[in-house]
Amino acid sequence: MKIALAGNPNSGKTTLFNALTGSNQYVGNWPGVTVEKKEGKLKENPKVIVQDLPGVYSLSPYSPEERIARNYLIQEHPDVILNIVDASNLERNLYLSTQLAELGIPMVIALNMMDVIENRNETIDVDALSNNLGIPVIEMSASKNKGTKEAAAAALKAALHQPVNCRVQFDPAIEEAIKKIESMIIEPVFKRWKAIRLLENDEYILERQNLSSEQLNHLEKVQKELEQKFDDEPEGIIADQRYSFIEKNLQNVYKKKKGFHLTISDKIDRIVTNRFLAIPIFMAVMAVVYYLSLNLVGTPATDFVNDVIVGEWLQGGMTSFFESVHASEPVISLVVDGIIGGLGAPFGFLPQMVMMFLCLSFLEDCGYMSRIAFIMDRIFRKLGLSGKSFISFMISTGCGIPGIMAARTIENEKERRMTMIVTTSMPCSAKLPIIAMIAGAISGVSASWQIAWATYMFGIVAIIISALVLRHTRWFAGETAPFIMELPSYHWPKVMNVLRQTWERCLHFIKKAGTILFACCVVTWFLSTYGITSQGLQMVDIQDSLLAKIGSSIAFLFAPLGWGNWQAAAASLSGFVAKEQIVSTMGVLVNVADDTGEVPELWSAIMVMFPNFLAAFSFLVFNLLDAPCLAAVSTLFKEMNSSKWSWMALGWQMFFAWSMALIVYQLGSLLFYGTFGIWTMIAVVILIIYIARMVKPYTDRKTASKNLVEAGA
Amino acid sequence: MLTLKDLKPGTNAKVLRIHGNGALKRRIMDMGMIRNTEFSVRKAAPLGDPVEIHVRGYELTIRKNEGQLIEVETINA
Repeated sequence: MKIALAGNPNSGKTTLFNALTGSNQYVGNWPGVTVEKKEGKLKENPKVIVQDLPGVYSLSPYSPEERIARNYLIQEHPDVILNIVDASNLERNLYLSTQLAELGIPMVIALNMMDVIENRNETIDVDALSNNLGIPVIEMSASKNKGTKEAAAAALKAALHQPVNCRVQFDPAIEEAIKKIESMIIEPVFKRWKAIRLLENDEYILERQNLSSEQLNHLEKVQKELEQKFDDEPEGIIADQRYSFIEKNLQNVYKKKKGFHLTISDKIDRIVTNRFLAIPIFMAVMAVVYYLSLNLVGTPATDFVNDVIVGEWLQGGMTSFFESVHASEPVISLVVDGIIGGLGAPFGFLPQMVMMFLCLSFLEDCGYMSRIAFIMDRIFRKLGLSGKSFISFMISTGCGIPGIMAARTIENEKERRMTMIVTTSMPCSAKLPIIAMIAGAISGVSASWQIAWATYMFGIVAIIISALVLRHTRWFAGETAPFIMELPSYHWPKVMNVLRQTWERCLHFIKKAGTILFACCVVTWFLSTYGITSQGLQMVDIQDSLLAKIGSSIAFLFAPLGWGNWQAAAASLSGFVAKEQIVSTMGVLVNVADDTGEVPELWSAIMVMFPNFLAAFSFLVFNLLDAPCLAAVSTLFKEMNSSKWSWMALGWQMFFAWSMALIVYQLGSLLFYGTFGIWTMIAVVILIIYIARMVKPYTDRKTASKNLVEAGA
Repeated sequence: MLTLKDLKPGTNAKVLRIHGNGALKRRIMDMGMIRNTEFSVRKAAPLGDPVEIHVRGYELTIRKNEGQLIEVETINA
């Protein structure tokens, strides 16, 4: 048996889901989209599957979440819908209930947050509500664990016995229209629901109903009549009717407190979203998140896992064990570097991930996350991003992997995808040695805070350019997400929710990203330690490895960037294992041992790879902006949940890095050395295309909505 | 035509009509902004946009650009 859990965002759905299923949960993604999917088994009866649907305000066909919810309901046909309704926000929550009720699936309403209603000295007559709607209503305070068992029991009972009896009724003229349309539908399932959708011109349903042209004319006639009578289009009339129905049916049910009063939440918002204080407070909150996840826990714990647990204990221990039994070198290398190194990699990222998810779950659960979107929207919407993208970018300055995962908190799918594509342009901590090395090589002095600062600025500029250009490609053009968002009341997060969410997300990362990462690590280990020699395939130094061979075969691609030699190409390739690897690879290639990028001998030695400082700089630009390390790429593939989107993201990152390096090198050469050639022209063309794309954006949308206003007026 | 975009924080108003069509209009109405709905404008975000309104007992934020689609008239509280 299947129970579908449906409700508005912030209605307490997660708390109820956790209470019902306990630890029997599976968290994944809905197929093909980046929307989280949760499924569990009922604690008391493991035969009952509880399916958590995405939190939605409506079953309209417009957002991916809404489409997922409605497709699940009509295609999977759950045995019962358990609809969570936030009693402290009754009218808007019941709006979704009126749509769910139309489906004709047995349904129970769990009226959550009854404790809030009591505290406000308000009353809701539950029996009267139940009677008005024709749906059983169970009182609940999920956060206090009151009524959750009763809600589940009522749902099970309804699934078995409830005669479907929807009392959501509209104006007689509309009911008559619905009857007329119902007569055109042959299948009896979801008849009323389909009829109302057809009335609303829902394209998804129109396509599937195969109406004859005669029927379509009839439908149009019915719609026209209603439009004239109600002076609105059908979609508007129906929304209007739903809210009127709710208002009418709450009159004898809900006793509100009269007059205006400030809630605690309002008082908090007076400060937190205050004109002058909002941005400083936001910056302070971000600083705390950054400090907790990257400084306090992230880097030290990650270094500890990587260097001590994996490096010293596991790898060191295994090496001495193998040496003591005189194992052959390839075996030691495979087990120690390939397998342990590969398996250890995802775990190295875990500590900072745990801390970051704890912070994010807290911010999400308490209600501050939506304030971030509110405060920062003005800046980010021009880039096709969400205010919440800022969190991803900030985390990415430490590590791109938690940065990509932080994008989970963004509701809109396009904004989420865009954030994941551009966020790794921020220089992560593993890129700092490369910056130090190239900056040292160019300037001859040790890299200092100025260079670090300049690189962050560069990262921000790169994100802006990348996002503005992408915004106008056909992947991101089209319907822009309307920013019409609820600011939920603040409340203390439930510890169990925060912990569980963190646990699920980390586990998911280990299971999904970890397996891809492991495979990638073993493959790159093989490529970088094996080479073809006169004796066949053998273990060799990195400069003779297959990786170097691949490097030299693709080196021609980098010739226009000023560094078409195999060493620089091979070093860039080695960066996909981990970005700091670029420095040690270059060190090996010029015989200077270094992995910090701070050794002066290395600086002068690597300059032989570059004809001039511009080439060295273009090398840096490329390696800062190109696709991130394999660990981050695995995460990207997992989070995008679509190989098409992932490959597109990688393709764009590579092309963007290449083109930016090209522009830097070619235009720089023109400026400093007066060189001009076919590549200079190509660089100019790309630059012009980028600028044209960047300038074009926002104007057409503005004029489009102006036209709408004028057309409507 | 007076729209949500023109209202100052602290104003009480009533929805007269939602213009436009498709996803945007539907979303506005789904959130409870339909004809004759009363609401008050709470504040603007620190950078001037979006705005926060109080409607049907909860807080809703909406960009001024989208607010242009909501035709309103001011009322006395």
